[in-house]
Amino acid sequence: MARIKISKVPFAGTPEQEKALDAKLAELKLVPGGLMPALQFAQELYGYLPIEVQTKIAEALDVSLEEVFGVATFYSQFTLSPRGKYQVSVCMGTACYVKGAGDLVDALKVKLGIESGECTDDGKFSLIETRCIGCCGLAPVMTVNSNVYGKVTTNQLDGIMAEYK
Amino acid sequence: MEEIKMVNLKINGQDVSVPAGTTILDAARKAGIKIPTLCYLRDINAIGACRVCVVEVKGARSLVASCVYPVSEGMEVTTNSQKVIEARKTTVELILSDHDKNCLSCVRNQNCELQRLSEELGCDAKRFGGAVNTFDIDATTPYIVRDNNKCILCRRCVAACKNYQGLAIIGTNSRGFATHVGAAFDKDLADVPCVGCGQCINVCPVGALHEKEEIDDVIAALQDKSKYVIIATAPSVRIGLGEEFGYPIGSNVEGKMVTAMRKMGFNAVFDVDFAADLTIMEEGTEFINRLNNGGTLPMLTSCSPAWIKYVEHNYPDLIPNLSSCKSPQQMFGAICKTYYAEKLGIDPKDMVVVSVMPCTAKKFEKGRANQSAAGVPDIDIAITTRELAKLIRRFGLIFNELEEGKFDAPLGISSTAGLLFGATGGVMEAALRTLADVLEGKELDKIEYTAVRGTQGIKEAVVNIAGKDVKVAVASGLANAKVLMDKIRAGEADYHFIEIMSCPGGCVNGGGQPIKSAYERNNLDIKALRAGAIYAADSKSELRKSHKNPIIKELYDNYLGEPNSHKAHKILHTSYEARKKY
Repeated sequence: MARIKISKVPFAGTPEQEKALDAKLAELKLVPGGLMPALQFAQELYGYLPIEVQTKIAEALDVSLEEVFGVATFYSQFTLSPRGKYQVSVCMGTACYVKGAGDLVDALKVKLGIESGECTDDGKFSLIETRCIGCCGLAPVMTVNSNVYGKVTTNQLDGIMAEYK
Repeated sequence: MEEIKMVNLKINGQDVSVPAGTTILDAARKAGIKIPTLCYLRDINAIGACRVCVVEVKGARSLVASCVYPVSEGMEVTTNSQKVIEARKTTVELILSDHDKNCLSCVRNQNCELQRLSEELGCDAKRFGGAVNTFDIDATTPYIVRDNNKCILCRRCVAACKNYQGLAIIGTNSRGFATHVGAAFDKDLADVPCVGCGQCINVCPVGALHEKEEIDDVIAALQDKSKYVIIATAPSVRIGLGEEFGYPIGSNVEGKMVTAMRKMGFNAVFDVDFAADLTIMEEGTEFINRLNNGGTLPMLTSCSPAWIKYVEHNYPDLIPNLSSCKSPQQMFGAICKTYYAEKLGIDPKDMVVVSVMPCTAKKFEKGRANQSAAGVPDIDIAITTRELAKLIRRFGLIFNELEEGKFDAPLGISSTAGLLFGATGGVMEAALRTLADVLEGKELDKIEYTAVRGTQGIKEAVVNIAGKDVKVAVASGLANAKVLMDKIRAGEADYHFIEIMSCPGGCVNGGGQPIKSAYERNNLDIKALRAGAIYAADSKSELRKSHKNPIIKELYDNYLGEPNSHKAHKILHTSYEARKKY
């Protein structure tokens, strides 16, 4: 747990997103304490806060990049990793947890080579742990985008992941 | 004048009267009572974070942090009750639970505020076991090493970087137990626009920040009998060094320092003050040329390597304003390896030049491009004042008992104008002394330019020289330099000549000077005390103008020709490069 892992997924911001961010920053430049709303806006806009976006915010608000990064890594509402093409979510609600969701997360971390909240370098898979998603009868539950998998065991994971190669 | 409202309170049963707004910490100090602190640094870090300075206030719900808690009328404070002492002790023990306690091999062993607190409070360093953070050591730059395993998250370095230098290169990343000090995106220090000033080192209470030491390189050079090894000290080193051997702040120990270096076996013990004189000749001439020939103004001094790096990262558009003169360190090395090597008949490859600097950024400067007048680096090894003190101890020299020595001739001969380079405003004053004489074409009696003296962050003066008003400005601390640079960039400044030193108060307070505890920093004006020693030596000197230095005259007559000659340019001037900020 030394350094914060920074996503290697290439930044793919669109000109429209850039325009929207520029407009917001022009407005927030005049507001004391504009950093939080700027980061919230950018998180919403891009889904994460890559260095390209944080640099833009730092320049516009005339704060150092480290100060932006310090805030971005303090609050859990911000993330440094993009959502993958396939978002793998494991329910860590009470029922799923006691039925072995923790083992699923551990196995997925090894298989994907990432930690929770991160995205694989090819941008394909991201992994998150969620709160109860409301189908405790299927515990433990995981989802890949909108596909739901119930009563999952670790030895089924290879088969599930193979559907998304 | 508005009347200051006084507040009466009791501290440890003693009546105290202080102005409203005073903190309990300061009120206690005034009453002769010391409250221990850890994260607090006057003017820059009053965050009440570490809880070491807690005291009991009658009627308060819990213990309060005295560094941020203001006094009020009738308040009753206890600073040393059992409850207070126990709380401090537990706090320090918790800090120690996630601290690399390898004290015996630590660069700050016996000069560590945490060690001292632990001892004073009678802490059990192993009371709390449990999880420990581990970090890779960042030794990617030639100047600063960051070891987060030692870091206690007091944030003093963060405050120094942001408030003294206006940079905020390092800050706190992540949260909770994972919180750590780092740069943006947890990049290595070499990959961010850190300028290497070392002010973070000077405020660190523990061994989490230190310079990259070159002590072993010095010892190896001295052992190598095929090398001619020269050592030379910057102006501020003689002012700071004594503090490492128990002398009060502001003691000039030049004589003992020279003897110590001679006893270590250097072939020559020279003075960078000589090269400061040379800088005045080159920079002064460059200024006159710019002034008379419509060159880029204001001209900015180029002695401070952290300042140069700062401009390259943050104001690349103002690079043409920088004087092209190498710094005194680099001029010194360049003259050693050209003029002096030729004089001795030594191949410059067989010469090792060691500079002793109050500075960490000098370790970066010596490796810059275009700093090799003789085809080999001008300077081989750049150590700090602290490293020199370590060498003296390692060589077993009893510093306080050494006789007073004198620098060797010829490159140890200097005027005290060169010595002034150690204090903010000193380069400007030294330059004005020479400029005035040169432009008036006669020897003037006016020597002291007091308008540019003093430790305030920005100073301005208009000096009439030969019928012309020369508008000068002086700034120290990069946060202050930024104010001037933004004015220049906006076209709102009409200065002719600006001196910038990166460290607040100038080189006497440089990042390579002896480390003073927060207690000393909070209660003494260290930079003013050290600067005082410089001005005292200057006022007693017979030789106070750079152009009057006989060796400087000889150097130009016999070797360089005249200031800014083609040869002087080749040896004594350099170039700069725009560097990225992100």
